[in-house]
Amino acid sequence: MSYPKLPHDVNSPVHPVSAMDYMPVEQLRALQLHRLQWTTKYAYERVPLFRKRCDEKGVRPEHIKTLADIKLLPFSKKTDLRDEYPMGLRGADMDEIVRFHCSSGTTGKPICIPNTLDDIHVWQNGAMRCLAMYGIRASDVLQVSYGYGLFTGGLGLHYGGEGMGCAVLPTSGGNTERQVMLMRDLGVTAIACTPSYFLRIIDEAKRQGVDFRRDTKLKHGIFGAEPWTKEMRDAIERETGIIAHDIYGLTEIAGPGVAGDCDEHNGLHIWEDHFYPEIIDPDTLEPLPDGEVGELVFTTISRCGTPMMRYRTRDLTRLRTEKCPCGRTMRVMERISARSDDMLIIHGVNVFPGQIEAGLLRIPEVAPHYQIVLSSSDTLDIFEIKVEVSQEAFSDNIAHLENLKRRVLEAVKSIIGLTPKIILVGPGTLPRSEGKIRRVIDNRRK
Amino acid sequence: MTVKQISIFLENKPGQLAQICKTLAEADINIATLSLADTTDFGIVRMIVDDHVRGCEILRNAGFAVSETDVVMVTVPDSPGGMAALTEKLDRAGADIEYSYAYALGQGEKAILVFRFKDNDKAIAALKQD
Repeated sequence: MSYPKLPHDVNSPVHPVSAMDYMPVEQLRALQLHRLQWTTKYAYERVPLFRKRCDEKGVRPEHIKTLADIKLLPFSKKTDLRDEYPMGLRGADMDEIVRFHCSSGTTGKPICIPNTLDDIHVWQNGAMRCLAMYGIRASDVLQVSYGYGLFTGGLGLHYGGEGMGCAVLPTSGGNTERQVMLMRDLGVTAIACTPSYFLRIIDEAKRQGVDFRRDTKLKHGIFGAEPWTKEMRDAIERETGIIAHDIYGLTEIAGPGVAGDCDEHNGLHIWEDHFYPEIIDPDTLEPLPDGEVGELVFTTISRCGTPMMRYRTRDLTRLRTEKCPCGRTMRVMERISARSDDMLIIHGVNVFPGQIEAGLLRIPEVAPHYQIVLSSSDTLDIFEIKVEVSQEAFSDNIAHLENLKRRVLEAVKSIIGLTPKIILVGPGTLPRSEGKIRRVIDNRRK
Repeated sequence: MTVKQISIFLENKPGQLAQICKTLAEADINIATLSLADTTDFGIVRMIVDDHVRGCEILRNAGFAVSETDVVMVTVPDSPGGMAALTEKLDRAGADIEYSYAYALGQGEKAILVFRFKDNDKAIAALKQD
């Protein structure tokens, strides 16, 4: 297969690894069909559960004649990975498997994903294409503050960074004091971590008197593994002067590097030459056309260790129909600000934590630390939001604080239509993140 | 006389004030007087200490939200009518009091009133007219 030509510009800052990003759409669809047919056959032959489900539906790999025929195939879900724990969905032989990644989820048995060496390379390619898109090059120093280990965050960005030729600083999570010291001393230019952990780093830098603009060379933040809002991005960029990039991925499909945002910062390009996306109606399970909001479904079309067929991510988004001004042909999904699993039902109203975050962060005096606390009274839900009063926002004036409280309430209320009780708490009193943060405490009787 | 008052944000939960006092005690800072202002779910503790610069720094490092405010201290006789004469004078001058608290020095000798005026300078000018 020939690689597509790069946009014709001798000064183009495009990195060679990005070549595939600009593939003409017809070529891309042909490649996807070819890979989908191959993967379907491979999974049918090697994964008993997939074969059984195909047989039940009367589908055979040769029925996949067009990309649209993907709708004939059965879905897979997280529960399948739990039920078939540890390795029931493995496609490759054990001597081809080179690494496991596991995700505990929040409840019950973990899921386990065996990867072949090729799988690791496909994933690394995805992570590299994200980094290249962010403008990160071999001259950059990349601090990877995602956890290393069973979680894919650390190793995913590590391999991506090394692939790009960056100097990688594998700090993993934790020991925030040292993170800040190394960032300053080693001239770190890019950091990868969860957005909530970066807030922790900002706090610690303040404590040490380290000013990001004055004392560090930090230019890029690569944030993912947690839903976060545009408002959170703005708050981080304002506070530190860095550019905040979005990265998306999941253990089941590879890890971080499945999708990322370009300079437009208007959604994430999916590397759909490897990870084929669909949007479905989560109730009817029917595919939805591009442009409509629904559940994101991925089929890995070039992975062998654990070929995932029509995997339901539980993430809600839509695929944009308009061409991205950056010129990449890979489809763009809107940033994920909601997972269907995160939806809260309060007083019978559907609320996503991201909506609350978006409201809160419209108030500049509010520190980006909050906690949503739900409990039950006799019949009603008690809905409280704890908000930290920052050092800067505190004044001697009660009326001023009451006014702040009222503005926070109005901002949240205007988005979700509910009236939570706003509780102001002291600075630094809400829990900080060491990795993924839990901002919702639901103590309601189930 | 204008002095610096320290104001500290107080969450409505047990032990908050004790923690503030303990933090100051450990740094050997003496509290001359304090006053609590509270709403249903948070409050502000305002205090005059013997070393406000260090007091602020220590409380900030301990993680409290702290601010400094200029307040006016006035000494009056600790006897009936001492406060009345003063407030009358302020009233005549149209000085707008935001809040005030007081403490006594010794037994029946003098009382010190702490005022926060909407316009401290205007109030001080009025008090000086005798």
